[in-house]
Amino acid sequence: MDARLSLRGITKSFPGVKALDNVNFDVRPGTVHALCGENGAGKSTLMKIVDGIYQPDAGEILVNRETTRIRNPIEARSHGIAMISQELNYVPNMTIAEGFFMGRMPMKHGHIDWSFVREEAARILDEEGLNYLGRAKLSSLTISEIQMLEILRSVYHSADIIIMDEPTSAIAHREVTSLFKKIRALRDEGKSIVYISHKMDEVFDIADDVTVLRDGAVVSSSRVEDTNFAQVISEMVGRDMSTGHYPKEKIEIGEPVFKATGLSRKHLFSDINLEVRAGEIVGLAGLIGAGRSEVARAAFGLDPLDEGVIEIDGKKVNASTPQRAIANGLSMLNEDRRLEGIIPKLSVKKNATLASLKSVIYGGRARKRIENKLVDDYFARMSVKTPTTETLIESLSGGNQQKVLLARWLITEPKVMLLDEPTRGIDVGAKFEVYKIMSQLAAQGRGIFMISSELPELIGMCDRIYVMSAGRLTAELTPPDFSQETILKYAMNEVEVA
Amino acid sequence: MLAKLRSTDTSRYTIFLILGVVFTIASVLSENFLSADNLTNVLRQVAVITIMAYGVMMLIIGGMIDLSSGAVMALAGVVSVIVYKDTGGSLVLAILAGIVVGVVANLVNAFFVATLNTPSFIVTLGMMLIARGAVLEITQGQTVLQLGDFVKLGQSSWGWLPLPTLFLAIITVIVWYLMTQTRYGRSVYAIGGNQEAARAAGIAVNRIKYKAFALNGVLVGFAGVLFMSRVNAGLPNAGVGYELQAITAPIVGGTSFSGGVGTTAGTLVGAIIIGVLGNIMNLTGVGSYIQQIVMGIIIVVAVAYDVFSKRGKRSKQILKPTEKELTDPIDGEEDSLSQRHDGPHKEVP
Repeated sequence: MDARLSLRGITKSFPGVKALDNVNFDVRPGTVHALCGENGAGKSTLMKIVDGIYQPDAGEILVNRETTRIRNPIEARSHGIAMISQELNYVPNMTIAEGFFMGRMPMKHGHIDWSFVREEAARILDEEGLNYLGRAKLSSLTISEIQMLEILRSVYHSADIIIMDEPTSAIAHREVTSLFKKIRALRDEGKSIVYISHKMDEVFDIADDVTVLRDGAVVSSSRVEDTNFAQVISEMVGRDMSTGHYPKEKIEIGEPVFKATGLSRKHLFSDINLEVRAGEIVGLAGLIGAGRSEVARAAFGLDPLDEGVIEIDGKKVNASTPQRAIANGLSMLNEDRRLEGIIPKLSVKKNATLASLKSVIYGGRARKRIENKLVDDYFARMSVKTPTTETLIESLSGGNQQKVLLARWLITEPKVMLLDEPTRGIDVGAKFEVYKIMSQLAAQGRGIFMISSELPELIGMCDRIYVMSAGRLTAELTPPDFSQETILKYAMNEVEVA
Repeated sequence: MLAKLRSTDTSRYTIFLILGVVFTIASVLSENFLSADNLTNVLRQVAVITIMAYGVMMLIIGGMIDLSSGAVMALAGVVSVIVYKDTGGSLVLAILAGIVVGVVANLVNAFFVATLNTPSFIVTLGMMLIARGAVLEITQGQTVLQLGDFVKLGQSSWGWLPLPTLFLAIITVIVWYLMTQTRYGRSVYAIGGNQEAARAAGIAVNRIKYKAFALNGVLVGFAGVLFMSRVNAGLPNAGVGYELQAITAPIVGGTSFSGGVGTTAGTLVGAIIIGVLGNIMNLTGVGSYIQQIVMGIIIVVAVAYDVFSKRGKRSKQILKPTEKELTDPIDGEEDSLSQRHDGPHKEVP
């Protein structure tokens, strides 16, 4: 087969996990090849190997039928491979012309040939019918304009394999049209494009071939006309999903404890209505960037809210700062444990009591005995494993850190807990313990709100699941409708944010 | 993990060990060093710097810094001296005036740092120039003389104990209390350790920053009063470079320049080490130029040690997956990679 880029048996492991397992992947010249898969399926890792950022443990890369070793992105470029990453890398203060030649400035007599830079940039912009000034700053352009310039740049520097990682994740609907026009034009010139996306409508609009990755292995690879929307989704999800392994308890559901009405924040989410009842575990599903964490953060007062009302136990409350939210019985476990969870240089004890300092330091001094007892109690209940309570939290494993943070919130005796990705980055055993703790909390009559990108755990743990897409609620599902296919369908439902 | 615990414990006591070594060397180099007179003299001399060092220690632990303390100390001291003379010798009003000046200057710092989110390095650098300019303008560069009984504050003794040393002892206890026995202290450590996490845990970050600066102002203001009283003059050029010595003391004493770590006792010992080094250099006739060079070396070595010892801990963390910490396949890997490089935002350079 006449492939321009061919991956043979690529395998890559990270400590404790096999990210890619014997992956074969062929990109034909003059085609758009879509690479689909859920978060964590291995798409980005595979493309980082092609771009030389990671080295495969096994397998080979063939560019134009020649075995090639790609040790870094510069070598990738010299083989005609260009990567347009999701987060565009550009220097805002550079001009368009400088950006065009960044890292490959034309030299003349030992200094940069500025006149060539200017003229060449002007010529390319002109050729493309773009009327920007070459001396305009990149910071004055929109993301989609910069993306377009990156594509032009890679083509100019003779790339013929262009990898685009979720190129439409940060640009508006209207701009997608012009992006697709450019992609088609490049394809017709004979370039090969690898298009990473989990947006099915786009994939079926633009791609010639589709390859689906799941858990680091290729599930299928076919011409787009030989497959369909539903099939690709079910291949992405897999069928061997079991829901029997979750310590979900049957709990009497009580009155609503948490109610959010009309939550809106410009450009991020609008008109979100949520409700959690006592004893209920409610899930919030959606793709990355759908605005799930943003909603929870705003409800907890971490980010501002443009509009909306929060009610706890039927009473309207002010939750405009985390302090107020906590005082009203809300608590929130953040998605990013290192960035917004632990204080690495404090002991596990001090980390655990951080949100309830008033119960351990009062009357003019720190109540050591009370603090120790409180911490010992909660740690025992949640089986936190730590050498001593004076140990620095940074030396615990991720799962134990997470349990300390859960303890931090439990000590505040919350009525409602917002858990954002509570099992991210912790091992399987710790995950199970976190699920058990969630069930116990629900049994105590607390309302639990869980955000997760792992659909099986949402399905396994939740009584009800909300689905968000592009900043809006697209569905509210109850058990008979709990299936990964249904959730994904609503999660991929493209709605323009007002 | 046990090894790790042990290493934290030893590092906590390293500073006392260093103090012991410095003491031993000093007593060998000069027989006068261990005399009661000389030692009380050292304690009297370090009082001003140590009091200032406590203020900046709180800020550094909270992830901030104060470069203005030397200049604000001079401004507060001179204003205090002027108030003393103008009120016909009211010591209470004079002390109060000094403290008010220190607090006001630092509330301005806090406004920019906390409310407007400007880096404290820049804000307090500006305040350093402003306060120095102000004190020179007020005095027109002239020293204020004939202070009368004002000097008693800095020069007399309570029994054998020099008053500045007594004040230092009282302030040490207060600062220790604030840092270990109050919600304020706990919050300062949390903010300096990870500001975003502290905010998410319901700590009123801005309010704590204002408090830290205000307390720094009290300490700097009082240090100004004490200084002028000890030298028996209102010196508009006093305290040049004191801000750096005040920063050096906590750093030598184990306060981490990146925030979240540090103790009152460490700062006291750090200040004493610096004081003893200065003293022994004086006793053995080392010139003041050379003394500056030595102080410079101490600052660089102390900070380099701080950074170096932290680097060691970091690499330990990188190796952590041995604890069977399975991160979720690809996203987890990327997360941990990027965070290791960025870490929580710190404004201290």
